[in-house]
Amino acid sequence: MSPLLAQVEIREREDTCVSDNGFCPDWIADNFDRYVDPFLQHVLLTVVAVAIGFAIAFTLALVAYRHRWLINPVTQVTGVLYTIPSIAAFFLLLPITGRGFVTATIALVAYVLLIIFRNVLTGLDNVPDETKDAGRGMGLTDRQLLWRVEVPLAMPEIMAGLRIAVTTTVGLATLAFFAGAGGLGEQIFADINFKSNVVVAGGLAVALAALLDAAILITQRAITPWTRAAAAR
Amino acid sequence: MRKHRWLMMLALLVAALAVAGCGDDDEGDGGSGSADTAAEQPSSQIQKNADNSSTKVTIGSKNFTEQKLLGEIYAQALTAAGYDVSTQLNLGDEKTALKALEGGDISAYPEYTGTALLSFFGFTADELPSDEGEAFDEAKAGFEEKNLTALPPTPFVSSNEVAVTKETADKLSLKTISDLEGKSQDLTLYGSPECRQRLDCKLGLEQVYGLKFKKFVPVDIALRHEVLKKGQADVSIVFTTDPQNKREGFVLLEDDKGMFPPYNSTLVVRNDVIEKAGPDFAKTVEMVNKGLTDEVMQELNARVDLDKSTPEDVAGQYLEESGLTGG
Amino acid sequence: MNDFFDAIEFIFNEHESPAGGASVGGLSNMWELMWPHLQLSGASMGIACAIAIPLGLWLGHIGKGGFLAINASNVGRAVPTLALIAFFVVFIGVGFWNLTLALVLLAIPPILTNSYTGVRQVDRDTVDSARGMGMTGAQIVRRVELPLALPLIFGGIRISAVNVIATATIAPLAGVTTLGDPIINVNTYGDEGRLAAALVVALLAVVTELALGAVQRAVTPKGLKLEGGAGWRRRAMALPNNRREATT
Repeated sequence: MSPLLAQVEIREREDTCVSDNGFCPDWIADNFDRYVDPFLQHVLLTVVAVAIGFAIAFTLALVAYRHRWLINPVTQVTGVLYTIPSIAAFFLLLPITGRGFVTATIALVAYVLLIIFRNVLTGLDNVPDETKDAGRGMGLTDRQLLWRVEVPLAMPEIMAGLRIAVTTTVGLATLAFFAGAGGLGEQIFADINFKSNVVVAGGLAVALAALLDAAILITQRAITPWTRAAAAR
Repeated sequence: MRKHRWLMMLALLVAALAVAGCGDDDEGDGGSGSADTAAEQPSSQIQKNADNSSTKVTIGSKNFTEQKLLGEIYAQALTAAGYDVSTQLNLGDEKTALKALEGGDISAYPEYTGTALLSFFGFTADELPSDEGEAFDEAKAGFEEKNLTALPPTPFVSSNEVAVTKETADKLSLKTISDLEGKSQDLTLYGSPECRQRLDCKLGLEQVYGLKFKKFVPVDIALRHEVLKKGQADVSIVFTTDPQNKREGFVLLEDDKGMFPPYNSTLVVRNDVIEKAGPDFAKTVEMVNKGLTDEVMQELNARVDLDKSTPEDVAGQYLEESGLTGG
Repeated sequence: MNDFFDAIEFIFNEHESPAGGASVGGLSNMWELMWPHLQLSGASMGIACAIAIPLGLWLGHIGKGGFLAINASNVGRAVPTLALIAFFVVFIGVGFWNLTLALVLLAIPPILTNSYTGVRQVDRDTVDSARGMGMTGAQIVRRVELPLALPLIFGGIRISAVNVIATATIAPLAGVTTLGDPIINVNTYGDEGRLAAALVVALLAVVTELALGAVQRAVTPKGLKLEGGAGWRRRAMALPNNRREATT
């Protein structure tokens, strides 16, 4: 029919590891840069969501610590948010906030709230009464007591909560592509038949969670040196 | 203002006439290398027109390889023509893409004539035209009512097809879809989620061929070959341009009752965008479409699905190798 | 609000699908979606408990393997469920049992960690006096450690159950049609369908959480309940009981 204007090269193909959808280390090494952007998107999603969630939940916990009647309602509400499967949350938010980073972040933040809230609260509750009395005895005001005694002593609990929040958020952020926010989940689905792709994208997500988890653990050990001694005992 | 619009329309009209008329613009630049083809002009490059930079265009696509490729190709070609292009590929199935188009989230996406007739415009199986040109005209008319313009279609056709493995075909002596009669109730059919309701998919198999399957399992469209290969699906719905068909030796059953319409790809654009964009838009698309034959489309699909290049890279290769961009 | 009522109406009445060609909605359609969801969740939880509880109890009893048991939860949390499912799909394939396997792996860590920790927290004196009374190891586990560990074990089961139910929502990506179908494939069911399914899944998760919470309270020996205060709340939330474990 038409003159051959397209000189697109029609290639001969043999069966290779890649065309067989296998696990091909060579290919992975050559194409690793494909995973950098999704990885960074994933990091951003996680860090932003946890930071915002922490800020909100920490504040709520401090308020509830003083005004005990708040504990129950806040726990219930954050509990419900926690129980709604995140994928449902992504889709429910779509018509309101549209596709993109914001929608994903809102859903991820909602998930983080309960974890941080209850951990901060439990940490504060666990401060021994004697320590608080001693502090008051030394003339500390309520506010000083809170920031100089109670919060530092609650740190292990708070950090434990942060670790859980971070690893869970990395996991949930893989679903963020349903909300149009990219991330490693999108990369997995870009070629779900290709073993190399799934292993690398999935592996990076696991590595990210492990890395952040370790980072928080190290920070915690650094800022609460007394627990190191306790753990060593 | 009004005068401007008049001039635009005039220009568009002239361009349309020129395009529809006696063939191609010979304003090309030296074109790319390979001179071999006899009479006609060598491929001309897409010219960048600085005026176009004020027009924002968002190209969308559906959620399988060929769609992502087409989206990238059009996006890169239009960028070469000077437009301000962004992409929102991988939106979902045809209904999702149409919604995005009508809602203004995207300016254009590549749809198939057959799909449009069946999924959007309510054609029944017996109303389907079998001629490619007719199918396009009907689709174009349907889109016009939605204030959308369907640009002239590609040469290639990417049809839904019923596929089985060679073993299954041999065992059950299957050559046409009608051969499944009496046997389908023992077979499982795997298809995309929207397949359940499409007349060119499960619904059509039930209504046109009277086939009932033992089970229908909806799976992500990307898995359509794997489920067949792994033996989980007895029957799967694939596309004729899939490189995996030949590779795995799948048997595509002949559509003897004419259930499948023609499926040329046509870029469907919002009227307000195409007006603002001027004549270069349709011209660029037409230049791109020329080279998209069955063979070429299959090759491009293979580069993504088998060689694992990204749609973005392969789109760039297509434009270069066909001389549309300088490379 | 209107959407909310549309969604409720979707649960009870059949409609023509917005994409045509099929009827969706109504109680029987919802049940068709819920039953595989429950089957998937039930099968995975059953298998996971059968593996994790005995293992955790045993490791806790002999006091070995603590590192594994406690960090199982951390590692398990670090693996995104989508990656796990994709891994199984690409290596094994789609289907009910393949997906169940993935969900079992998802469910084991919290149950294992909590079973282990539950046993470790039993007061050593109690165990010693039991040994002094002549009980064998197995008897100690069954009659002393297990009952006292039950609250934490059920805490772990709660966490896993809710996770599994939530993850079964994305089962349609792996070829098992559950309540996630209207959420992921909205065109077949319509926006009301999507909202309806989301509500049903959320309800399912909440009901499971409450029911298991009630069971957890029921199996807590009265003595522990009377301990009250922060101690009880921590157990109820399945948090590690002492600071040392919180830091691991």
